[in-house]
Amino acid sequence: MDFDYSSEQEALRDSVRRFVEREYDWERRFSLLRSPAGVDPAHWATFAELGWLGAGLSEEDGGFGGGATENALIAEELGRGLVTEPFIAHVVATQILAAVESDAVAGLVMGETRIVPALQEANGRGDWKVIESEASESGTLSGTKTLVEGAAFADRFILSARSPKGVGLYLVDAQVPGVTLKPYRTVDNRRVADIDFHDTPALELAVGAVAEAAIDHGMDHGIVALCGEALGIMDAALWATRDYLKVRKQFGTAIGNFQALQHRMADMLIETEMVRSLLYRAQGAIASSDPAARAAAISAAKAAVSTAGPYVGGQAIQLHGGIGVTEELNISHYYRRLFVIARQFGDADLHMDRFAAAVDRNAIPA
Amino acid sequence: MNPAFSAEDEAFRREIRAFAQASLPDDLKRRGGYDYHPRRDDQARWTRILADKGWSVPHWPVAYGGTGWTGLQRYIFEEEMRLAHAPTIDRIGTELVAPVLYTFGSEEQRQSWLPGIRTGETYWSQGFSEPGAGSDLSSLRTRAVRDGDDYIVSGQKTWTTEGHHADMMFLLARTDAEVKPQAGLSAILVDLTSPGITRRPIWTIEEGLTVNEFFFDEVRVPAANLVGQEGAGWSYAKFLLVNERTNSAEVPHTKRDIAQLRDIARIERKNGRPLIEDPRFRARLARIEIDTMALETAVLRALSAGGHGGGAIASLVKVRGSELRQRIADLAADALGDHGVVLCLNPEGEDRLFEDGLTSPVPDHGIGIAAKALFRRATTIYGGANEIQRTLIAKTVLEL
Repeated sequence: MDFDYSSEQEALRDSVRRFVEREYDWERRFSLLRSPAGVDPAHWATFAELGWLGAGLSEEDGGFGGGATENALIAEELGRGLVTEPFIAHVVATQILAAVESDAVAGLVMGETRIVPALQEANGRGDWKVIESEASESGTLSGTKTLVEGAAFADRFILSARSPKGVGLYLVDAQVPGVTLKPYRTVDNRRVADIDFHDTPALELAVGAVAEAAIDHGMDHGIVALCGEALGIMDAALWATRDYLKVRKQFGTAIGNFQALQHRMADMLIETEMVRSLLYRAQGAIASSDPAARAAAISAAKAAVSTAGPYVGGQAIQLHGGIGVTEELNISHYYRRLFVIARQFGDADLHMDRFAAAVDRNAIPA
Repeated sequence: MNPAFSAEDEAFRREIRAFAQASLPDDLKRRGGYDYHPRRDDQARWTRILADKGWSVPHWPVAYGGTGWTGLQRYIFEEEMRLAHAPTIDRIGTELVAPVLYTFGSEEQRQSWLPGIRTGETYWSQGFSEPGAGSDLSSLRTRAVRDGDDYIVSGQKTWTTEGHHADMMFLLARTDAEVKPQAGLSAILVDLTSPGITRRPIWTIEEGLTVNEFFFDEVRVPAANLVGQEGAGWSYAKFLLVNERTNSAEVPHTKRDIAQLRDIARIERKNGRPLIEDPRFRARLARIEIDTMALETAVLRALSAGGHGGGAIASLVKVRGSELRQRIADLAADALGDHGVVLCLNPEGEDRLFEDGLTSPVPDHGIGIAAKALFRRATTIYGGANEIQRTLIAKTVLEL
């Protein structure tokens, strides 16, 4: 048992930190958010160049030899900088394509093609297993996928749909007829889209148990990376608040001298450390051969992130006072992203249910 | 980064489990299942069995009877002991006093006292808190005045856990009233059979007896019983309290409580169905299990980093661990329905406040639960109240 990062992993962390420092300062971030595209396509090219797009994929799957730990580490540092590039969606896409041994992985890792997962539907409320989109006998798809990150830049989408042979996994070209994008922003300034598919031609990647396992595999990796991102944001919010408490003066003293605020900070630290612990646990469990142990550890981490994230982000606002709810300060932006992450890929309730079902082998499903 | 137990660790776990299954007497196992404060004779029997195996004081240096196990192995050992429902062995002596003795005590003190702690023959208590010194230990007033080859001790100690079982006390007393409060304290080993000592039991919220009050009226203690340097008692006490806090995460005990609660929830029924199927109950249990998983991983992080992880992590896991112990006990009481509120004294206990001549209707699977839910209100107070820990975290980690 060890909880230390390797020197390669530390170097990876440094490289993401340097990117945030050099290319993603606060002014730059704002100008990007308010630009038509919302992101700078050159940044994704940088991600590819620096090897981040394949860092969390094994060599046999076409990556550079890492796994969930590398992805979570990258996401943690991107989270610290509130970088809005759809890295988590990329993790889901590469892991799904690797699971079905698709040769599309190579272009994804090199940053040459953009393949985006579109798995979620409104009725699922974050549960990727709720699939109402349909695949016809002839192999065309119809349905609506929601909250698709990176849709505007996508060359292709990975879709789930119900087919006569069971749940199927498909690749769809973004430019073919019958695909309609409805782009919008989420509260954390991410560019997403709902996508309607109507008799859209599709390439079947897998069907039945293989498809379901690939989706779960991709989502598990995505959730771990998302928890990594949440940890980076929580840690950043915690220490930014600590720094503020040392300089903000009221009643003739730094407000960090007030015990009520010190204790709140202690609770924020405890919550952050508990999330860090569960993230490590989930990173270890993702390779487990026991599906129940894997689901339990990953859902435990996500359930914790869904409650502790908004708690830490919310208290960061509270301890900042009025300035904490403004657009100009990073504190409100930390909270907004944690607010979205809490609900993304399933909220606390969904993951508590999944955890309970995984842990309690004797439970009779409702 | 590999947060899993190694194959060696798993083999170690099997060895411990097999030993517990083969060696734990049935009556000890039964009373361990009730999980009241253990009887001294139960603790002594089990400590003797462990000592014969060489396992009664795993964390001590090998020279004094330790096992040389890693922190992770000690954690596994503790977890298996709790899951087997073995009696908890006396911690005051083995985990608090002994480390101070082998770290700061004289060779004579080590030779005199460590063997008796290791075999469970000698029981220890710690004399820190006083009526006027709870969280603020530096304000304690019990005096030890040098008189030839003796100290003469006068004063009062309270909240003395295991005092009713104890033969000896690790006493913190003021030897110098002239210097600043922390610098005037010394640690002295007191034989509790000495003339001038009076003990009074303090019955607690669950009508159990675990803590006591001691009155010292000019008690003569050999000066050779001073630990380390005169005036250094404060630093020894802090050393001891950090050990106490690290262990007070009590994750193995909470995991044992969770396993027991799952058993209870399969037996108890709500609306004609096993309680374990009730969505609200499941959600509360899941939250506790997730928080326990987080805490366990935090403890394992500290253990694999070597040692107990220092004061900061100790405070952090103490806060979370003690709160979890309350939540799990409360949920267990809820799970028992009507029986959750029934006064149910230890059916095999040795101490009774009074005999009421009544029979408790609590079924076997519920014995000990209500008492535990009540007594656990103390977990967030002892070992340094959680508010003290939060202040420590703010000062030491956050540097506020």
